[in-house]
Amino acid sequence: MIEIKDLSKTFTLHNQGSVVIPVMEAAELSVAQGECVALTGASGAGKSTLMRMIYGNYLAAGGSIVVDGVDVVTAEPRDILALRREVLGYVSQFLRVVPRVPTLDVVAEPLLSVGADTEAARDRARDLLARLNIPERLWSLSPTSFSGGEQQRVNIARGFAHTYPAMLLDEPTASLDAANRETVLGLIEEAKARGAAIIGIFHDEAARDRVCDREIDVSVFTPGMAA
Amino acid sequence: MTPLLKVENISKFYGRRIGCKDVNFDLYPGEVMGIVGESGSGKSTLLNCLAGFLTPETGEVLFEMRDGAMRDTVTMSEPERRMLSRTDWAFVHQHARDGLRMNVSAGGNVGERLMAVGARHYGNIREEAIDWLGRVEINETRVDDRPTQFSGGMQQRLQIARNLVTGPRLVFMDEPTGGLDVSVQARLLDLLRGLVREMGLSAIIVTHDLAVVRLLADRLMVMKDGHVVETGLTDQVLDDPQHAYTQLLVSSVLQV
Repeated sequence: MIEIKDLSKTFTLHNQGSVVIPVMEAAELSVAQGECVALTGASGAGKSTLMRMIYGNYLAAGGSIVVDGVDVVTAEPRDILALRREVLGYVSQFLRVVPRVPTLDVVAEPLLSVGADTEAARDRARDLLARLNIPERLWSLSPTSFSGGEQQRVNIARGFAHTYPAMLLDEPTASLDAANRETVLGLIEEAKARGAAIIGIFHDEAARDRVCDREIDVSVFTPGMAA
Repeated sequence: MTPLLKVENISKFYGRRIGCKDVNFDLYPGEVMGIVGESGSGKSTLLNCLAGFLTPETGEVLFEMRDGAMRDTVTMSEPERRMLSRTDWAFVHQHARDGLRMNVSAGGNVGERLMAVGARHYGNIREEAIDWLGRVEINETRVDDRPTQFSGGMQQRLQIARNLVTGPRLVFMDEPTGGLDVSVQARLLDLLRGLVREMGLSAIIVTHDLAVVRLLADRLMVMKDGHVVETGLTDQVLDDPQHAYTQLLVSSVLQV
């Protein structure tokens, strides 16, 4: 489902002395349906960078990233947009939403984008929000005033609203208490069971050990660091 | 899927100065393209060339007509282009008064567009105008007021209603929130977002405000001194800018 070959990335900061920072070289990764692979490595090693490249949010310097047959590195913008809508979900570390949209609509939006019926989308959103212990009185409010943990749970609800065949999860259990962490791990296990290919970043070792089948240390892809 | 609009090698000069040069892109149905750049970058020149208000020195602007044929709007006859701008195209100006008839009532401004495409029944026209005013959050009680009696934000919303009532497939917008108070801007952006999604519109939005493109645009073109220096998905251009100028723009924006 996700196939990465010979991927490299360099940042060039033109206005800061034209400093060139090579962050990744010859990265390889393969994730099959129903598998969950963890990206590990110290902070700054390139885990989120790799995830953003898979999503098309960062440009690759070279190599290929094939998700469900589409090479994100060379695809047309509209093909990446379609991929993000239907195939590839991304739960980022931070919730970024338009300030005035109610939580229920924030969570329902991915389903509306793939053409689901409005009420069906909202019902699914209600299920997820209830499961993640967001009180009903908050559903009509915008999540911008919520606590960090609440925002994270809204982010996760949105990420799991549509049944994506491939998912990228960046620290999904950070900021969560034990009960909510349990719920999120349950959501991940359900996604795996229906055949989703998942790449996750978990600093929480117990969570990682529970849901991930394999680990890849991205430090081996850092230029100059490979053994 | 075929593109709705194909822009090929558009260049416009003001004497020896470059307005815009060698602009190429395709726009697909339902896509929103943002064009950003600072003053003098050529973005408004480009928009005016695309919409037919300026004639470019070189290039073609091919639009997919309702019968499926791609026609070059640069070489189209004037009557044909005017018909296009009343039906499939819309242009939202920065200053609402450039896009409204200030001595005609709000309802009249919206109804006029319907009449221009053949509507004749007064009752139906009025009803549809009131419906559209409601969609842009202008109260029914204001339908017979002149735009001169409206605030800036209301005038802009009226301009949007007047433009969208004929169900265009492509909307050009030039700084749609320029000069408005932040709270009014926010409301307008939310409205535009909703309408674009609901109506499946394609749009080309020129702005110097990166927050507007983050919110509304799927794709982004960055212009400097008449040239397109970078293009790509909006989130990619803003989060991983490649060109020196784009990096400068992104790092200059104040975070609140």
